[in-house]
Amino acid sequence: MDQLAQQLVNGLAWGSIYALIALGYTMVYGVLRLINFAHGDVYMVGAMSAFYLAHALGFAAAPSLPGFVIVMALSMVVCALLGALIERAAYRPLRRQPRWAMLTTAIGVSMLLEFGGQAVFGADPKFFPQLIESAPAFRIAGAVVTNIDLLIFTVSLLLMLGLRWFVYRTRAGMALRAVSVNVDAAALMGINVDTIIAMTFMIGSALAAAAGAMVGLRNPKIEPLMGLMPGIKAFVAAVLGGIGNFPGAVAGGLLMGVSETLVAAYISSTYRDAVAFVILIAVLLVRPTGLFGSVTVEKV
Amino acid sequence: MNLVWLRRRGFRLGKAVGGIAVAAALVLLAGCQQRTDEIRIGEFGSMTGGTATFGISTHEGIMLALDEINGAGGLLGKPVRVISEDNQSKPEESVTAVLKLIKQNEVVAVVGEVASSRSLAAAPQCQSNHIPMLSPASTNPKVTEVGDYIFRACFIDPFQGSTMARFAVERLHAKRIAILTDTKNDYSVGLTQFFKTTAKQLGAEIVAEESYGEGDIEFKAQLTVIKATNPDVVYTPGYYTECALIARQARELGLDATFLGGDGWDSPKTVEIGGKAVEGTYITNHYSPEDQRPEVQKFLADYRAKYKGKTPDAMAVLGYDAMKMMADAITRAGSTEGEKIRDALAATQNFSGVSGRITMDPQRNAKKDIVVLQIRDGQFRFVESIPPDA
Amino acid sequence: MSGLAFMVRRNAPLALVLVGLGLLGVGLDRWLNAYYLQIVVLIGINIILAVSLNLINGITGQFSLGHAGFLAIGAYVSAATTRFAGLSSEAALPVALLAGGGAAAVAGLAVGIPTLRLRGDYLAIATLGFGEIIRVVILNTEAVGGARGMGGIPILAGFGSVYACAALCLVMIWRLVYSPRGTAFFAIREDEVAAAAMGIDTTRYKILAFTVGAFWAGLAGGLLAHFIGYLHTNSFTFLRSVEIVVMVVLGGLGSLTGCALAAAILTILPELLRFGAEYRMVIYSLLLIAIMLTRPSGLMGGREISWRSWSSTPAR
Repeated sequence: MDQLAQQLVNGLAWGSIYALIALGYTMVYGVLRLINFAHGDVYMVGAMSAFYLAHALGFAAAPSLPGFVIVMALSMVVCALLGALIERAAYRPLRRQPRWAMLTTAIGVSMLLEFGGQAVFGADPKFFPQLIESAPAFRIAGAVVTNIDLLIFTVSLLLMLGLRWFVYRTRAGMALRAVSVNVDAAALMGINVDTIIAMTFMIGSALAAAAGAMVGLRNPKIEPLMGLMPGIKAFVAAVLGGIGNFPGAVAGGLLMGVSETLVAAYISSTYRDAVAFVILIAVLLVRPTGLFGSVTVEKV
Repeated sequence: MNLVWLRRRGFRLGKAVGGIAVAAALVLLAGCQQRTDEIRIGEFGSMTGGTATFGISTHEGIMLALDEINGAGGLLGKPVRVISEDNQSKPEESVTAVLKLIKQNEVVAVVGEVASSRSLAAAPQCQSNHIPMLSPASTNPKVTEVGDYIFRACFIDPFQGSTMARFAVERLHAKRIAILTDTKNDYSVGLTQFFKTTAKQLGAEIVAEESYGEGDIEFKAQLTVIKATNPDVVYTPGYYTECALIARQARELGLDATFLGGDGWDSPKTVEIGGKAVEGTYITNHYSPEDQRPEVQKFLADYRAKYKGKTPDAMAVLGYDAMKMMADAITRAGSTEGEKIRDALAATQNFSGVSGRITMDPQRNAKKDIVVLQIRDGQFRFVESIPPDA
Repeated sequence: MSGLAFMVRRNAPLALVLVGLGLLGVGLDRWLNAYYLQIVVLIGINIILAVSLNLINGITGQFSLGHAGFLAIGAYVSAATTRFAGLSSEAALPVALLAGGGAAAVAGLAVGIPTLRLRGDYLAIATLGFGEIIRVVILNTEAVGGARGMGGIPILAGFGSVYACAALCLVMIWRLVYSPRGTAFFAIREDEVAAAAMGIDTTRYKILAFTVGAFWAGLAGGLLAHFIGYLHTNSFTFLRSVEIVVMVVLGGLGSLTGCALAAAILTILPELLRFGAEYRMVIYSLLLIAIMLTRPSGLMGGREISWRSWSSTPAR
């Protein structure tokens, strides 16, 4: 049964990735009640920009850990700016419109990033440079944990703790929480809602970019459509955990990663993607508020 | 008629008017001049997508052949033009591509494709339109079974699968074999069947059978299951992108068994992506650049001259051979009628190709040698050659 | 005027149009290059898809992103009917189409019922999920070719059958929606709680919308399968659903004739842009965003095509 331990390690690595992306979804939904379809594609832009930065800054030729960290940090900045741009250009004008308008626009932005990515980056897959040579870091219960897996766990944990600190220990974080509860009341309290929302997008996008860069390192094949499925899966993870709930998003992400890996290993790999949708339907039908979410009444 | 009533019902007339306007515009646009001063041959392949090197290499081979054909005066006294369509490595796009070649470009014959699934998607259209189709490298037997207008310039998978099984058991002394199949491709599924049959007959044990899909990037779940069964070798009859990634992830998990594969591994990208992980892999293939036959050496020289020192892979060779075969058939047929080209192709005997002497058998498959190569120091090195009906 | 005479007068233009289209179809077959004929046929199929989705999205206000799933079921079931029964005559087509449409209608029921209490974003995501589940199930069904696609479907559909179906679809949905009972659909879209409070059986109408919409999507799938002759699940992804949504949005949510027009435009557009194939989808997405930012009510603003000049106030 040492196989199970290895599967869990595999699953948790992807789970951390999904958790990072899910946090972005949950944050944006919290403040805007919008499912940001384009979020998965921001993850892709993170991977792509990390790829180009690695080559441009010369780290591809001289692999190193600090090199990767710098590349990842820079791609986080790039995507934060992208996130702010998307919010300002595509979502802010529609804030007073019916919900389907923003949702449709989000789909449009998602497609724009995907196919624009194909036009700009080329549709062929690219291969992320091996900035860190994969090597076993340690063995636990018969499972091999590589140094890259360890990096993913560590970075994800640090980013999540950082987010938690930000949301619960800073004024800006408090403002964010206020906007999530009631936009109008927050505005009346003197909070600049536009700024908070833009900030939310920037943080969420930065997390997605980190996820993208790390995936590039671990599974080096990257291409413009790579964000589609992970985006949907991360969204399902957010819903599973209770959309709007941060620890829920993390739990949901880890659960998604593990269940997907177990299904691929013990049932069939072609059902790997279906797991996400089955979980989604099940959650929506049985407990729409998710594992950790709270029930809200629809006021007329 | 009551005008108010008409206004309210205006939509139906609006629809009719719209429809007629559209149709009229298209009829005007449809005046397509027939050009009979050249011979048009269609090519479709995967120039982009996960198997891009297949399409690009085949295209390069075809173009080299085209240069030689036109340099010698063309065919039947006319210049030859090749019209290429990209199917983006997708089977449904193959249908669109081939339909466009046949209906819009009015080609007399089609050369394509490498991937069996994508050839299978397009073949029925060529068959029903009576346009001869010559696949350079599709090895799944089902492709030529579509009809008598469909041919191939290469061997088929029953031969390829059984050859590798024999090699694994008899030469590598493998007793425990794991198989990892790409279930999205007829090629991989077919090869797996043929390999398994022979391997079992020779007494080997298939200890694990896992699957993945073309386009996947994560294989550790399946590889972990395989590793637990302790195989001697892992047969991975897929396409190069996934195979190289599989090899890498296997080594990360500590799975050190040798990999075995088919001609789908043949690509300049295999070593680029796989690096050290693919060292030692054995594959079955159509040709080796180390072959000393004069045709091969001349082809190598010409190819390198045209394509800046690049060494051709099997797809380039087969693309070249297929184009030359098609030209030879058209010359022997003395006409561009589908029926006559078909008959001439079927009668191909001892055609001197770069990939070997090609004779078309009654099932429209080519009888040829198969080679086994091994990746050593980042190159595909020749191991042995096996004739058909061995 | 007697009831019969009135009925004849009301429907005379429709009959005229159908006859005209039929004649056109016969003529077109002989004049048009096969490639252009293909485009015209695809327009017809897309009209059916757009109109059927409009019933669900635009008219009943249920934001469904899983239409490609119904299309897929219809395509595969109708193809299986002709393939496995060994039928290849033209007469087999209606049977296959009804089989495909029927199967899709059942799927519509299966999707509509569980999602009854979901709203807005959640409904959209749930329908997206159903569409994908359908696709993955087909992908794993070896009997219909699984991951390698299904070929060898007899080519039975052409301009005539496609446009007959398109006309039928448009007329049927038009009559459903613009009847006295049909205002219920609009009421549900505008304010579901108020509609229920007014005594409208929202459950019945929502399920009806899904079932009818799914039926026609499935029928369109059958036409597609018997026109192209080859099916692969790659053609029925979320992206396909989005393409249909773009047609509906461009034409105007709630305008049946508007989305038919938009379907025609958006079928021709990619063909015109074939030279810049990689930019085609970029333009699509920019178009979608632009419509949403400037005129979310679409080309027709929610009204149907009429002799009145297009006004900019959304209808209803």
